[in-house]
Amino acid sequence: MAAIDKSGAKAKILAVTSGKGGVGKTFFSANLAAALARHGERVLVLDADLGLANLDVVLNLHPKITLHDVFTGKAMLEEAILPAPGGFSVLLAGSGLVEYSRLTPQVREQLVEIIDRLAPRFDRILLDTGAGISDVVLHAISLADDVLVIATPEPTSMTDAYATIKLLATQQGRRTIRIVVNQVSVAGEGRTIRNQLQLVVDRFVCPHLNAGNSAAVSLDLQGEIPTDPAVREAVQRRALLLDKLPGSPAARAVVSIAGRMAAA
Amino acid sequence: MHDKIDPTFSDHAALSLDGALQLLQQSGHELPDRSSAPDAWLQAVIDGLCELSSRDPLTGLANRRHFELTLASEVDRVARAGEPALVLMIDIDHFKRVNDAHGHQAGDLVLRAVGVALSECIRPMDTVARFGGEEFAMILPNCAPSYGQTVAERIRTHVAARGIPIGGGHEVTVTVSIGGAFAPQWVRSSALLWVERADQQLYRAKSEGRNRACLEQPMVSLVSAEEKGLLFGTSTFAELE
Repeated sequence: MAAIDKSGAKAKILAVTSGKGGVGKTFFSANLAAALARHGERVLVLDADLGLANLDVVLNLHPKITLHDVFTGKAMLEEAILPAPGGFSVLLAGSGLVEYSRLTPQVREQLVEIIDRLAPRFDRILLDTGAGISDVVLHAISLADDVLVIATPEPTSMTDAYATIKLLATQQGRRTIRIVVNQVSVAGEGRTIRNQLQLVVDRFVCPHLNAGNSAAVSLDLQGEIPTDPAVREAVQRRALLLDKLPGSPAARAVVSIAGRMAAA
Repeated sequence: MHDKIDPTFSDHAALSLDGALQLLQQSGHELPDRSSAPDAWLQAVIDGLCELSSRDPLTGLANRRHFELTLASEVDRVARAGEPALVLMIDIDHFKRVNDAHGHQAGDLVLRAVGVALSECIRPMDTVARFGGEEFAMILPNCAPSYGQTVAERIRTHVAARGIPIGGGHEVTVTVSIGGAFAPQWVRSSALLWVERADQQLYRAKSEGRNRACLEQPMVSLVSAEEKGLLFGTSTFAELE
């Protein structure tokens, strides 16, 4: 339903982050992009995990040119944008670029410039950030209009998600943070976890925010994704869940999250 | 699998292995019988060379190359799993004095003895390496920040307590200065940065008088016990750990 092609329009930039690694962030970004593409959106997934990219592994891509080549001036930005199987585009960082794990002013500027150049050409840009909260991750998030935190019901993941939310609220002044709960075993668990996070944020984070009219932080649950063996199967086949097992519960959950996002 | 290999590849006689075999022999590496299982023999030669290129010849510890490889994989593991890990840089105090007073052979004996002492302090999952000169390095995965100082102190006292025979009925003791840094669980650090941070602490230990262990103070946790308590609906988070 989206024919966003007005001249001067810019992509909505959404950072997908998690705090803890291994909660399905890259799996989610790739499948969300494919689902949004089905709504007619021009979507780009930018692998902002500059230190260690694995979007290429999830999508079974073997890029010859990556963001690293653009950063070092060896290639044009256009050459590094690849078509992905799900009808969206990807820009891969290239693996093992450890030097980018330190946020130098140069890396900072280059990221800003690249995102500025990409924004007019897409309807939506997803920034798939790295695990943890490094300064590179925080910087990438700061370039996004919106941020989505993905968590699982595991205590470590919830704690890390909470720490991420806290940092984003205090350091970046974020007042709305989107939440997706992955690997849910009971329907409604996502809502419970969101409520619990909201409770702690209200008690411990909001009182320390600059007062005024916006000392409230709201956590918007975008949806929950059930634990589903289909996810593992798709990952092992290095394919998009939406392509290989579109009828699986997890695929349907991602599609419905994308549907709400595209309609908003 | 084997029948796919070009038969000429298995013709070991055509390979020039003299240099490799000499190196292995010199290091005391035993090889299986060459004639009975040629492929296994060649594999053993390669394995032996890999082993040689990751070891420090004097102390038998991992060398700097092996240490850096291990550290790089540890950096990634820590960032993803959020496990605390500690890097220690260990330097023998006034090593030059041993060399000057007793000669380089005594110096070598001291390096070996310190290597042995350090090996006695570690768990199987830890890595101890000779970093260069009289400097050693350790990677301790899954080491909780609250234990770091205790571990470093144990290493320091263990080395200091050891009498090292240097020939001619003489015995010396040496002390070490230790600097340590934890991989910040939240930050994907680089291997280089991690060693740099541990090195800064080593410098601190040296400038504060040597024979001591200085660890970087771990970052204050972003999430307090009260916050965790409320998050999980328990009074103390300890119940969950």
